[in-house]
Amino acid sequence: MSPTPTPRRAAVVGGNRIPFARSGGRYARASNQDMLTTTLDGLVARFGLQGERLGEVAAGAVLKHSRDFNLTRESVLGSRLDPSTPAYDVQQACGTGLEAAILVANKIALGQVESGIAGGVDSASDAPIAVNEDLRHVLLDLNRARTPVQRLKALRGLRPGQVVPETPRNGEPRTGLSMGEHAAITTREWDISREAQDALTLASHQNLAAAYDRGFLDDLVTPYLGLTRDQNLRADSSMEALAKLKPVFGADEPGATMTAGNSTPLSDGSALVLLASDEWAAARRLPVLAHLVDAETAAVDYVHGGEGLLMAPAYAVPRLLARNGLSLGDFDFYEIHEAFASTVLTTLAAWEDPRFCKERLGLDAPLGSIDRSRLNVTGSSLATGHPFAATGGRIVATLAKLLHEKGSGRGLISICAAGGQGVVAILEAA
Amino acid sequence: MTTSTDRYRSFVNSPLGSSIGKRLGLPRPAELRRHSPGSPLLDGPAVVLGSGALAPDVTLLLKAAGVAVVDADSPDRLGAVVLDATTLSSVADLGVLRDPLGPAVRRLGPSGRLLVLARAADTTDEPAVAAARQALDGFVRSAAKELRRGATANLVVVAEDAEPAAWESTVRFFLSARSAFVDGQVVRVGVAATNAPDDWDRPLEGRVAVVTGAAQGIGAAIAQTLARDGARVVCADLPAQGERLAVVANRARGTALQVDITAADAAERIAAHADERYGGLDILVHNAGITRDKLLVNMPEAQWSAVLAVNLESQLRINEHLLEQKVLGSGARVVCAASTSGIAGNRGQTNYAASKAGIIGMVRSAAPAFADIGATINAVAPGFIETEMTARMPFATREVARRICSLQQGGQPVDVAETIGWLAQTASVAVNGQVVRVCGQSLVGA
Repeated sequence: MSPTPTPRRAAVVGGNRIPFARSGGRYARASNQDMLTTTLDGLVARFGLQGERLGEVAAGAVLKHSRDFNLTRESVLGSRLDPSTPAYDVQQACGTGLEAAILVANKIALGQVESGIAGGVDSASDAPIAVNEDLRHVLLDLNRARTPVQRLKALRGLRPGQVVPETPRNGEPRTGLSMGEHAAITTREWDISREAQDALTLASHQNLAAAYDRGFLDDLVTPYLGLTRDQNLRADSSMEALAKLKPVFGADEPGATMTAGNSTPLSDGSALVLLASDEWAAARRLPVLAHLVDAETAAVDYVHGGEGLLMAPAYAVPRLLARNGLSLGDFDFYEIHEAFASTVLTTLAAWEDPRFCKERLGLDAPLGSIDRSRLNVTGSSLATGHPFAATGGRIVATLAKLLHEKGSGRGLISICAAGGQGVVAILEAA
Repeated sequence: MTTSTDRYRSFVNSPLGSSIGKRLGLPRPAELRRHSPGSPLLDGPAVVLGSGALAPDVTLLLKAAGVAVVDADSPDRLGAVVLDATTLSSVADLGVLRDPLGPAVRRLGPSGRLLVLARAADTTDEPAVAAARQALDGFVRSAAKELRRGATANLVVVAEDAEPAAWESTVRFFLSARSAFVDGQVVRVGVAATNAPDDWDRPLEGRVAVVTGAAQGIGAAIAQTLARDGARVVCADLPAQGERLAVVANRARGTALQVDITAADAAERIAAHADERYGGLDILVHNAGITRDKLLVNMPEAQWSAVLAVNLESQLRINEHLLEQKVLGSGARVVCAASTSGIAGNRGQTNYAASKAGIIGMVRSAAPAFADIGATINAVAPGFIETEMTARMPFATREVARRICSLQQGGQPVDVAETIGWLAQTASVAVNGQVVRVCGQSLVGA
């Protein structure tokens, strides 16, 4: 029997991502594997990991071709890492990147690996397109056919309409509603105003622009295909410009508030973080920016349970806080993924609401409010864009660097995901 | 490291082109011998002439490097002719330059080396002595223009009392294929000396180097060359150049540092990166530079300032900070990119030439302070080097620029890199405050 290992905290050494592009933009012809490999190589270059065998690489994509069944391993093989570095794919919708980081960090905590890379990639441009479902059945029958007669019989199933391919839909399979339509329902329920959403959006763009200008992203981002900053970033945006946009979600109802401005666009991009034990990092003279303290994943029944699709983080965070003996105010930075401006605002509103906290969370008192000046201080998904699986890696690296700059303190990450899920985590300055 | 191809050179070196070229009397730029790890110092035996104190040590050096040293009248095709001219002190003494040096030079093979070692002509010398010593300057530069087939001639001025350890790295550089495009140059070597490297093929083993402007062209070649010679290389460039920078850093097995050298905190960030990742900084190569060409009368303020800020001010600021913070200490080597434009001037480049001439002034002025701490600062001045930038020049301009040097071709980025690698060696401590042109002895900027 080997001794039970004592858990330790995994260190966040740093990260790398490529600037995020809008769907159909600069990366329109780049595949997930192209982007993930390039991001790996950028991370290798930043930390001098050429030829290094890491414990593992865990990453994934939400929109995935069937040929990419081993996407992460294939990317490792194409990178400058030692090809004997193992890898696996993870997929938990928009929570993919953070969940991958938690998986690697937990293995480091248990001493099963000393180092690893985690994150994700997504391309809404290079999305998989499948053959028509009826055509697929015909082709499979044809494949199974053994005799000419059987083959002819199978081919009799061909119909002109079958040339129309199946394209992936940004919608929930169980409700048929898009994520934006779901968010619009929640936004209406919580009565989140258009102005509040636009203000949050504007802050995201301004914070990200300021972060670029002060060089904050110089060691977080590596340009790709000529793109040097996130394509979605509008440094010169204004409340007036945002106010002019027409609602796009829940637009059939009067007083709709969600626009293309205060919702994230479909995006392409990739982001990774380098995690390690303190010893591994020290032996290579690599920095330790922060430690991953703990994490929690929650899911809600948005189909029949009367809860909003993107409300799971509102449940995950209180559980995480309770386990760690912390209250909502005990953080220096809050990184709440901006799937939609209203997602952030409804989550914050829920935590301030006595009834929600009592009835849904079973708390005696509201979880509380946060100091808004500590929220997404270098911008978030509304400004950067949101390539689904890449968002977790972006946020972990950003928060770790913020904590390292400050030299002390603690940060909270909250990411909502399709399927009514939410992944949240705590980082502490090293 | 994409470079434009010199099709003319390829043509006149082909069987057909060679015969046509000879009949028409066209220039015949040679394929220059270049260094690769493990290759011999010289491509053939050497002749050592002169009766000075340096000649026996040069002979020892050559033999230690595996080079056969033969008699002056040996019929072999020679890899190098070395003349110890330190004893020449009269006009009559100069006769050795015509004979036996002349006949020996006739037997120099392709990419052969004529290297003359001499003493400085000082104002305190007797006029006749100073005349003889200064005469070598004109002699070597002229001989360099007469040599063909990629052979070069250079003059090393060695201080009195300098031990062989002071000049060995320099003599090796000028003899070797590393100096392929350095021709007609005069370099002074002082008396400071350190131990020789364990392996002359990896003279930068274990040293930590920072190269600015490393994402492409000459900078990428510098990173690659320093890494080949054993250095651990921090490849620095603008954040916007990060994509290519990562490729260069990975190839050099170094690290990428995305930093704007004109930013106020650039020096701190460079120092912090080198210290955190490598525990210090030994070699700093100021290679980053930009051009914003415009005739003086049309020069916008932004183009003037940008060039001076990137090419000159940033180097001054970074050097000052790193010296002050003792990041650059004993053994540090700083090499700055000047340009032949800064020496000869160039139409449309008043801003660029001013910045590059400024580098030369800075290097000469800073050298004594560097010497005080056992460090050095030198400049290289590239001439026409084949890069993506020169590939975009108009055809005729580019062809003229290529042919107006003694080697009748443009240099490669690696030629600049090799020269920097020599100046960056620990063993090159006696070379300080020098400006070495890497221009194939261009007619401009002499």
